[in-house]
Amino acid sequence: MFIRVNIEKCTGCGTCIDVCPYAAIIIKDDKAFITDACTLCGACVESCPEGAILDERGKEVEKPKDFKGVWIFAEQSQGKIASVAYELLGIGRKLADELKSELCAVLFGKSDEVEELIKWGADKVYYVNSSDYTYLDDDLYSKTLVKLVNEYKPEIILAGATAIGRSFIPRVAARLRVGLTADCTGLEIDKETGNLLQIRPAFGGNIMATIICPNSRPQIATVRPRVMKPGEYNPSKNGEIIKIDSLKPSGRVKVLERIEDKSFCRVNLQDAKVIVSGGRGIGGPADFKMLWELANLLGGTVGASRAAVDEGWIPYAHQIGQTGKTVCPKIYIACGISGAVQHLVGMQSSDIIVAINKDPNAPIFNVATYGIVGDAKEIIPLIIKKLKQGVSEC
Amino acid sequence: MRIIVCVKQVPDVTEVKIDPKTNTLVREGVPSIMNPYDLHAVEAALQIKEKTSGRVTAITMGPPQAEEVLREAISMGVDDAVLLTDRRFAGADTWATSYTLSQATKKIGFDLIICGKQAIDGDTAQVGPEMAEFLDIPHVAYVRKIEKIDSSEMVFERLMDDCYEKLLVSLPALITVVKELNNPRPPSIRGKMTAKKSVIPRWSADDIEAEENKIGLKGSPTMVKNIFAPPPRGARRMLEGLPEEQVDTLLKELRRLGCL
Repeated sequence: MFIRVNIEKCTGCGTCIDVCPYAAIIIKDDKAFITDACTLCGACVESCPEGAILDERGKEVEKPKDFKGVWIFAEQSQGKIASVAYELLGIGRKLADELKSELCAVLFGKSDEVEELIKWGADKVYYVNSSDYTYLDDDLYSKTLVKLVNEYKPEIILAGATAIGRSFIPRVAARLRVGLTADCTGLEIDKETGNLLQIRPAFGGNIMATIICPNSRPQIATVRPRVMKPGEYNPSKNGEIIKIDSLKPSGRVKVLERIEDKSFCRVNLQDAKVIVSGGRGIGGPADFKMLWELANLLGGTVGASRAAVDEGWIPYAHQIGQTGKTVCPKIYIACGISGAVQHLVGMQSSDIIVAINKDPNAPIFNVATYGIVGDAKEIIPLIIKKLKQGVSEC
Repeated sequence: MRIIVCVKQVPDVTEVKIDPKTNTLVREGVPSIMNPYDLHAVEAALQIKEKTSGRVTAITMGPPQAEEVLREAISMGVDDAVLLTDRRFAGADTWATSYTLSQATKKIGFDLIICGKQAIDGDTAQVGPEMAEFLDIPHVAYVRKIEKIDSSEMVFERLMDDCYEKLLVSLPALITVVKELNNPRPPSIRGKMTAKKSVIPRWSADDIEAEENKIGLKGSPTMVKNIFAPPPRGARRMLEGLPEEQVDTLLKELRRLGCL
């Protein structure tokens, strides 16, 4: 196997047993023994105080050469470039500067905002201006990106971990026979090897993992929205817009209709800076009105726990947690949400968490930045009132 | 219609935690479950079968004990199951996993492949779309509604970040489903008995004619460099006083942090 225990060095201390996420190490005859449950994740290697665990996974194969430049995929919906694209340009610029290479954006579908990508940091934009790309066509998007990659050979490609990015980028990685790391929350360049260190949460955010793709290029990652900061905006920055010929759609999938559910349109949870979220403790469907009012005042949107969705108080599109969406807004206000782990894994990476709950022992307070023990139905209207007063005072 | 459902056995992640004192994983008594999204995939397959007739096969790749989730799928009503198990599959990332699963689906034959949106241990949502690419078939991710089923095409609604989209897809195809699509049925007594008696075939890399350098660790371009505990959340502050005072303090704090 690729991960082995050097029996000579092993003291049977058991440190590795605690570190293994898969319970794949046991002590046999006072020595560590790796069982069949091992997934070769490598977590144990660094933990061994004796250096007795041998990692033979990454026997350096020659790294592909001639791959240069950092690319970001700028997705658009209705011609509007998603805010995650500007965040990708922010981190992309940093990585490109470190690698002393250029930063390029790729834009599929017609948009009047193509110049914005340059002002936000791109040196070049590869632009496919065709109505066939208006909606996500996974076949067409992936074929076109694969073709561009084969032609220009970028070293790194970043896309948003959005419905679009998470749907078609895997096809690109499969076709190119390269690695893909999902939903990264941190990206750095390894100074020694030049590899992209891709940091992401796993096990519902209970563990962080650093992923590398040492032997394949390009290195591709999707990046969680609202984690990276947009770069500097320079309205006079120059760049090149390179028009790319569109490919012919395969026709295997056709978007028939875009359905804009009225409440849904206000829901873009992954993009929201502020989320006011309600659980069973807020009382009923009517009480979501005050959450909407507060959310509107704060320029945010409304989320919900599974309990509230299961009660039918609000549609599933609002659900946050393990079987809903994972969000990380600047402010998350949890109202009447007790904080089951299934909910916490979907929101615990928010910057500031305000918890309002009647029960002082509710687990939501364990992740809260600010906790208010009280009835959300009393507290929320108070916040709304004070915010309105504050505005009129200015 | 010939339907294949891909399922995965996962640790119940809500039970996996890091001990803040020792900085190690606490996984004592962490149970293994069927990935919650896959229950919805199984349900979708069964409903389509009930409408069109046909056959549903569940597959999984994993160690021998992963057979448990296949038995669970059979107890819900799936016709048969195949376990892909081979030491050479170990250490597979999404690329190698997708390749392996797609090889097995080629051998079984299908009109439609259904996967859960993502697995809750890795949360990548990559295996479905990657399989579709290996099989050169179209895919639709995040399916929330199945509107029309036909022998040659289907109409789905998918969940996007800012809207829903209705799509027409020609078969064969692959879909990944979200929880909203349906309510998974509980296993029936009869199903449980069938599951108990079923002999589940085990396929190795050779059985699916998988190329050695495309499976398991060797076939995986990504590598886990290390894992660590997430940075601890900052200190918590419980606000004191009357409701009004609590709200005042909160707003003051949020203003101080530049959030308002």
